[in-house]
Amino acid sequence: MARSLKKGPYVHYSLEKKIQQGASSGKKTVIKTWSRASMITPDFVGFTIAVHNGRQFVPVYITENMVGHKLGEFSPTRSFRGHAGAKNKGKK
Amino acid sequence: MARIAGIDIPKQKRGVIALTYIFGIGKSRAKEILEKAKVSEDTKVSDWNDDEIGRIREAVGSYTIEGELRSETQLSIKRLMDIGCYRGIRHRSGLPLRGQRTKNNSRTRKGKRKTVANKKKATK
Repeated sequence: MARSLKKGPYVHYSLEKKIQQGASSGKKTVIKTWSRASMITPDFVGFTIAVHNGRQFVPVYITENMVGHKLGEFSPTRSFRGHAGAKNKGKK
Repeated sequence: MARIAGIDIPKQKRGVIALTYIFGIGKSRAKEILEKAKVSEDTKVSDWNDDEIGRIREAVGSYTIEGELRSETQLSIKRLMDIGCYRGIRHRSGLPLRGQRTKNNSRTRKGKRKTVANKKKATK
């Protein structure tokens, strides 16, 4: 179910603060965050945000196309390396 | 012959059903179109006169259909893949996008079963 429009998009308050700070100072440093549920708003464009995936921070460069998605969508939490058999097949 | 939206020539069928042969038009849109064109849903396509066909064409024109719609969906899929979001990754690897299970089933996305030779059956 979609979020109520009345509330506006969800952005974690500390992340929002850092974005505003970065925008006003003009320095676009990498911002670390755990807030995977935060939505990408137009203010984010141009920033690189390191999104935690449970193990490490994945740097995500925000482009205009990403607006409206959530940060977590760009930082996969699972890494599937293929099945044991598939690797041998590829070599032959 | 009724040619609407390029190549679609469904004949000998009721108007509503015949219109659904166009990609991008389902039953509810077909109903809307016929209502707008003031043609009864029950008249067969072969019984439409030129005047009615003209009005129907006009009504159909207000929707994105066929090739245009196909390329539109392709573009939105491509966008997902290009930005590298979760849904885009799933599109790339040909797996379901919306959190369905993949241990078994989901054959629509994964295609025909690929049997793995010599796969061990539960060890003793």
